Amino acid sequence: MSKSVEARINRRQTLQTIGLGLIAGLPLLAAGTRAEANSDITFDELYGKVSVLGLEFSEKVKQLNGKEIAMRGFMAPPLKAEAQFFVLTEIPMSICPFCSTDSDWPDNIVVVYLGEKQTFTQPSQTIEVRGKLEMGSWTDPETGFVSLLRIRQAEYDTV
Amino acid sequence: MRKILAALVATTVLAGAAQAAEVFPLDRATILSGSPFDFKVEFDAVVKPEDVKITVNGQDYKAALGKEVEFVAEERNKDKVLGSAVILRDITIANAGDYKVEVSAGSETKSVTWNVYGTPSQAKAKNVIFLIADGLSVAHRTAARIMSKGMTEGKANGRLNMDDVPPVAFIGTSATDAVATDSANTMSAYMTGHKTAVNAIGVYADRTPASLDDPKVENIAEALRRQTKKSIGIVSTAELQDATPAAVVAHTRKRGDKADINGMLFDLKPEVVLGGGSAYFLPQSTAGSKRKDDKDFVKLFQDAGYKLATSKGELATAAGANDGKILGLFHTGNLDTTLDREFLKKGTVGKFPEQPGLVEMTKVALDTLSKNPEGFFLMVEAANVDKMSHPLDWDRAVVDTIEFDQAIGVAREFAAKNPDTLIVVTGDHTHGVSIIGTVDDEKPGTDMREKVGTYAEAGFPNYEDKNGDGFPDKVDVSRRLFLNANNGPDHYETFRPKLDGPFAPAIQNEKKEYIANEQYKDVPGAVFVQGIIPKSADSGVHAVDDIVLQAEGPGAEGFRGYMEQSDVYKGLAEAFALGAKQTN
Repeated sequence: MSKSVEARINRRQTLQTIGLGLIAGLPLLAAGTRAEANSDITFDELYGKVSVLGLEFSEKVKQLNGKEIAMRGFMAPPLKAEAQFFVLTEIPMSICPFCSTDSDWPDNIVVVYLGEKQTFTQPSQTIEVRGKLEMGSWTDPETGFVSLLRIRQAEYDTV
Repeated sequence: MRKILAALVATTVLAGAAQAAEVFPLDRATILSGSPFDFKVEFDAVVKPEDVKITVNGQDYKAALGKEVEFVAEERNKDKVLGSAVILRDITIANAGDYKVEVSAGSETKSVTWNVYGTPSQAKAKNVIFLIADGLSVAHRTAARIMSKGMTEGKANGRLNMDDVPPVAFIGTSATDAVATDSANTMSAYMTGHKTAVNAIGVYADRTPASLDDPKVENIAEALRRQTKKSIGIVSTAELQDATPAAVVAHTRKRGDKADINGMLFDLKPEVVLGGGSAYFLPQSTAGSKRKDDKDFVKLFQDAGYKLATSKGELATAAGANDGKILGLFHTGNLDTTLDREFLKKGTVGKFPEQPGLVEMTKVALDTLSKNPEGFFLMVEAANVDKMSHPLDWDRAVVDTIEFDQAIGVAREFAAKNPDTLIVVTGDHTHGVSIIGTVDDEKPGTDMREKVGTYAEAGFPNYEDKNGDGFPDKVDVSRRLFLNANNGPDHYETFRPKLDGPFAPAIQNEKKEYIANEQYKDVPGAVFVQGIIPKSADSGVHAVDDIVLQAEGPGAEGFRGYMEQSDVYKGLAEAFALGAKQTN
């Protein structure tokens, strides 16, 4: 147990250091946007109940529905080059054998619709996404990708 | 050199064009007499229906195949015209023998020969237990034996259950479209008697993009329903819609059609269905669902008389209820590995703490199915042997092999009391894995590579099983087996068991290339291992090597020497006399 937690913390710290270096050129922007987000939520806090017969969103998610939030995670590589969204995951996307359909995605993903185009980051880079949280089933009209939780009008920075 | 190759390619293409029509079932197909299948001919050109000539053994096809073909003037892939086709669904051939099918239209001709086989009218076995560890390679067996039983002076200190099931055949696993293979087409070959293309289940792979219209062949569940009153059981540590369990019941060109596969599972209603993948049972409105419709398969199964179990405890209760039909769903996705479930409590065990293991599921399945006086077919899959071999997590793969072996023990115990039971133990394909020695932490220095012991330096590992549960008390002993894959993506070799959760050797970047997961970079002594397969590969791949098949009990003599994977079905069909109607 200790090993993974340590490894993850170490990695995060390293990334944070790198991230700080990268965004050093635009500290005002970074600080400004960060301040707009008035609440944080983590992957661990998405579901209040996890069972074989279904998951239930946590009270926190329900309360934050429709509000501005900030959330950290990893950007999964785009499904399709033209997709208007990306998938935010708790850990970097790794094994996905025969991952030809969105049905193979883990439960705890959040779909991010960007307000404006941004370049994609490296998969091992922690990012922080800010935008409006939206709860409920939604099928992306272009890709047919079904999501339960989204962050809309979003933007992100490396952390 | 380039020019020579180009010339060769050109002649090959031309040679292909002269005989372009494709016929399904393919040449040398073996077909159980009386089993329904679809016949399809694909022409490269757009042809006129009156130009299509089809004969079977020299006679007009309608006599042998019983119906008139449906003519498709133009098959398309989006805007591209693929050619004309003829299709004939659900035909049967009652009499055994060779059937030469000759097809022509314009300049295109094709000739294939099918072998239709019958079976004796008397079944040899009342029950068949088909135990499959996905990806089971020889190294998994050897490692499971050494880890579970230990070894002294070169002799194993004990035997696995599987060590006493006679190995009877080597199985060739290649697909119809490639020498390499996957769990869809391999299990499909076992369960239908027809080889097919990678990713396909219960169908021949045609050229049209739709995945649910490909020419079907009968699977064992359908054959059992058609010819017998036997019960059917499916037990897997994977999602129940995953390729291996799916191949017992499903027909699709794409194994990823999991929501559809779940519907096919319901259509055939195996009496005992135990595994993961509840996400495909839940209507889309339920969070955690992976369906795109409002069907509630939990309710549908319950309405059909199934007792539902969602935990270890509920499984025991359902088994005690003795209703004869159990739906056990223990995870939204794949069940966790034995190492995570029983020992480390990692992976998703925190979310699903009450998952049963393969041994408990096999016991309940046998108890329930054996209530049917007509007998049963039970498929048991140890899925994580493969699922952990892909990410090169050998400790998890081997511990799941030990669990698989204990399920074999349960099956053998049942067969000892019910000698009319045929047991088959096999894998569906292999992995490129071998044991090359040990890693010994006590060797001097900090360079982990120098702690790898080969030849005499390997010594013997020091796993212990003090509580006698068959599992090593811990996998992170100071001198442990060193397993290695002959392929993989870029990754870091840590020389240690992954105690924090399953190994994720590589992660995907924005170019969709898999790069070494830096999470393991700083593990003391870790070394970078450059991948040798395309960067699009996320993990180690299946091997083309033969699979060992073991069998004992009535009908075991149906498996001998080298066999094509599809020929194993013939052995099962003979054991059950599936060529003969037994429902009167």
